[in-house]
Amino acid sequence: MRRGLSAFNMTAVALGLAFLYLPIAILVIYSFNASRLVTVWGGWSTRWYVALWNDEAMLEAAWTSLRIAFLSATAATILGTLAAVVLVRSGRFFGRTAFSGLVYAPLVMPEVITGLSLLLLFVAIEADRGFWTVTMAHTTVTMCFVAVIVQSRLLSFDLSLEEAAMDLGCPPLRAFLTVTLPLIFPAVAAGWMLAFTLSLDDLVLASFTTGPGATTLPIRIYSEVRLGVKPEINAVSTVMIVVVAVGIIAATLISKRGVVAR
Amino acid sequence: MSGTNRPRRGWGARLVILIPALWLAVFFAVPFLIVLKISLSQSAIAQPPYTPVLDLAAGWQGLKDWAAGLSLESYALLASDSLYVSSYLRSLQIAALSTAILLLIGYPIAYGIARAPRRMQAVLVMAIVLPFLTAFLIRIYALVTILQREGLLNDALLALSLVREPLVWLSTDTAIVIGIVYSYLPFMVLPLYASLEKMDDTLLEAAADLGCPWWKAFWLVTVPLSAPGIVAGALLCFIPIVGEFVIPDLLGGSDALMIGQTLWTEFFSNKDWPAASALAVALLAILLVPIMIYQHIQMRALEHR
Amino acid sequence: MNGSSDKTRPLLRFEGVVKRFGDVPAVDRVSLDIHEGEFFALLGPSGCGKTTLLRMLAGFEQLTEGHILLDGQDIGDVPPHRRPVNMMFQSYALFPHLTVAGNVAFGLKQEALPKSEIESRVSAMLALVRLEGYGGRKPQQLSGGQRQRVALARALVKRPRVLLLDEPLSALDRKLREETRFELVELQQRLGLTFIIVTHDQHEAMIMADRIGVMNRGQLVQVGPPSEVYEQPNSRWVAGFIGDINLIEGRVAATGPQGTEIKSETAGRLHAAQPADVSLGTSVWLAVRPEKVSIAAHAPEGSQTNVFAGKVADIGYLGNSSLYKVKLDNGLVMTAVVANRTRLLERPIGRYDRVWLSFPSDAGVVLTR
Ligand SMILES: Nc1ncnc2c1ncn2[C@@H]1O[C@H](COP(=O)(O)OP(=O)(O)O)[C@@H](O)[C@H]1O
Ligand SMILES: [Mg+2]
Repeated sequence: MRRGLSAFNMTAVALGLAFLYLPIAILVIYSFNASRLVTVWGGWSTRWYVALWNDEAMLEAAWTSLRIAFLSATAATILGTLAAVVLVRSGRFFGRTAFSGLVYAPLVMPEVITGLSLLLLFVAIEADRGFWTVTMAHTTVTMCFVAVIVQSRLLSFDLSLEEAAMDLGCPPLRAFLTVTLPLIFPAVAAGWMLAFTLSLDDLVLASFTTGPGATTLPIRIYSEVRLGVKPEINAVSTVMIVVVAVGIIAATLISKRGVVAR
Repeated sequence: MSGTNRPRRGWGARLVILIPALWLAVFFAVPFLIVLKISLSQSAIAQPPYTPVLDLAAGWQGLKDWAAGLSLESYALLASDSLYVSSYLRSLQIAALSTAILLLIGYPIAYGIARAPRRMQAVLVMAIVLPFLTAFLIRIYALVTILQREGLLNDALLALSLVREPLVWLSTDTAIVIGIVYSYLPFMVLPLYASLEKMDDTLLEAAADLGCPWWKAFWLVTVPLSAPGIVAGALLCFIPIVGEFVIPDLLGGSDALMIGQTLWTEFFSNKDWPAASALAVALLAILLVPIMIYQHIQMRALEHR
Repeated sequence: MNGSSDKTRPLLRFEGVVKRFGDVPAVDRVSLDIHEGEFFALLGPSGCGKTTLLRMLAGFEQLTEGHILLDGQDIGDVPPHRRPVNMMFQSYALFPHLTVAGNVAFGLKQEALPKSEIESRVSAMLALVRLEGYGGRKPQQLSGGQRQRVALARALVKRPRVLLLDEPLSALDRKLREETRFELVELQQRLGLTFIIVTHDQHEAMIMADRIGVMNRGQLVQVGPPSEVYEQPNSRWVAGFIGDINLIEGRVAATGPQGTEIKSETAGRLHAAQPADVSLGTSVWLAVRPEKVSIAAHAPEGSQTNVFAGKVADIGYLGNSSLYKVKLDNGLVMTAVVANRTRLLERPIGRYDRVWLSFPSDAGVVLTR
């Protein structure tokens, strides 16, 4: 069974990719449509980007979303990395199965359930709902994605490297920080990227846990979309896609260089 | 070598366990208890819109009063109104159908990637993951523009003379399934790829050597060995699809709702928190077993490395 | 082990050390003294608990029972990073994100030594292991032998009280392995350090070590200098693990200062120069190394003890020696190894030839287990 792209394999992969990318390509192309009607091509134009630039509410929502995404991704990366370390390294301890359940369940839990339960928690403790409650909600779910990504890297990590560091006089925490962390960094960075985009993208959790004054971009887009298709949404979507794609490509290049330099 | 025989856990190691454990307990486990409690309350007009309130200051008597005030009213409502029951069944049906289609589409893609030259595999995996990272809501929105009556799909079909009249796509179950398949494809492909990629090439060579034609070897060797990936991928898709809200809301019709939409409506439109909570509990009850299977698979992957 | 003399306190003492994983003992009641400046080899088949014993000494595994004393101090509660022993890992465990110099400097940086001292010690150490000019490379850019030397330098630069080497040569190819054996011994003698090496290779242990500890199933079955372990094995298992052995079963017919007389159902009367500390009639084995067995085409004259007639069943040509498998008339198969001093073509004995095997009285060792 030689490796390679046989006609069948190639077709399957190509069709799959087309299915994934075609709608996005169309969306981007139509963001440059001069016509107000999203379905009629009226020539190239950047008018919807100008309209977007003047849409205070949309920009405000985008700024809110970016801040939430940044904060929650950072917190989720720290918590998720710790969770991964616990899962892989802590051996057996009381409540290990319960702990792993808490890490894996949020990955598949329908968002409406998580959102509703978080809201009820925030109501119960009488927290002011808004920016911070959304950030905490996003941290909770995305930390589990980070944990899974970092966990798979830790599993293949050669433990004797950390033991060697301790053998040479390095206390355990410092051994983790100076030896393990640099070596698993690509996975940690990938986890952060994923947490960031998941947060930037979330509608359901944010809808449940937000309060007055903290409208995120997806909430804003959703309320516009429900009223019908609008070219301006294409423009804001395109901007988001470009931002995320540039971020991912930059991260990939950085980690590639890291690999080569090693 | 796992840490089963590491030296006694110091306070540092305890802290490492405690921080994420506490966070998840407070923000994931405790909220479910609150949901459970509120599902047993009666809706009231005042804020917070539910009774009874547990008065801990009143001690044991308070606890008893509280327990006496619990009611199964919301659950009775769920069982009696066919709207809810059919909403559940519909969700399970759509989730099962979508998962089956995802498996049929995802397997060849994952297989194709796993068979590709090593250097290309990373790029292809990246290509599958990338759209997943670029805004889910936006991708559903993109589908709206394609599937609407004057949309590109109908334009294409008309131009190719495959149909005479524009078809109705949007607001149908077909649109929901298309949207789900579109959104969840990476979740299916990645676990499948992970299990196929690990597979030793020489196994298929050995099968061929023993006189097994390739299509038989595929059934007898490849598929059984990728079973963990199949189960993981199917659960990773099926469970959240059952409770999906955004896709049916934007692509589906308004006559029949999926359970996620019903919950959303109860909560945001009807402001009936106990009913919404009861729906969540009932949904969770259905999904508990699949979630536990999923957790078991993940744990096993952790142990057998 | 001369436990009676207290002139020198052992550098390292294992006292009834037990390590269980679950119910299975990986290390079983090991007691052992190791002295300053010794080159000690732990020898045993794969899975017998050598690595586990070493890891307990380094602090990576907790003892289930027993004590380990370094300089008379119990180090059971000392965490790995505070133990004055260093380990050379079987996989080398070189940090891939650090350069060669960074790897060697790593341990010194933990001691917060002045930069200038770290630099001078690192470069001196790199010179010692003949890696000058490689300081800026990453471990991945080195050959297997160079990596091995980096791992050695990284551990040595800490000036450990004991250096632990876990199968240090197993990843090298044969030629390099043989050269490195001597280099390691030379290094150990020059630095006057104490080395404990783990190996499953008997030749390696015998060439390098001052003393060998033979392990089997977690237990230390024999400890002694290489020649003693080879010439005076204390059990059939040790005899067979270290080199090839001919074992002849029999019962003790007489024993005293003149040696031991053994009556064997298969091989007749045997005599060993060594007296046996057993009662008459005890079932024993006489162990004879194949290179101590002579082979001749004619029956030897004189005493007929330790002489057997048979037919050559097989001949193995080993280059510097030849191995004869001889089926004796009584059914037993014995092996004789004869140095090839003359050219092969002139070899007088061929397959199926009738031959006589014999060995001197002092060649055999009487084993009771
Ligand atoms: N962390 C561990 N958990 C369970 N069993 C182990 C562990 N480490 C070693 N063992 C077992 O202990 C025995 C001795 O192993 P080891 O010391 O590595 O042997 P050696 O180095 O002599 O080959 C083996 O049977 C091995 O399976
Ligand atoms: Mg070993």
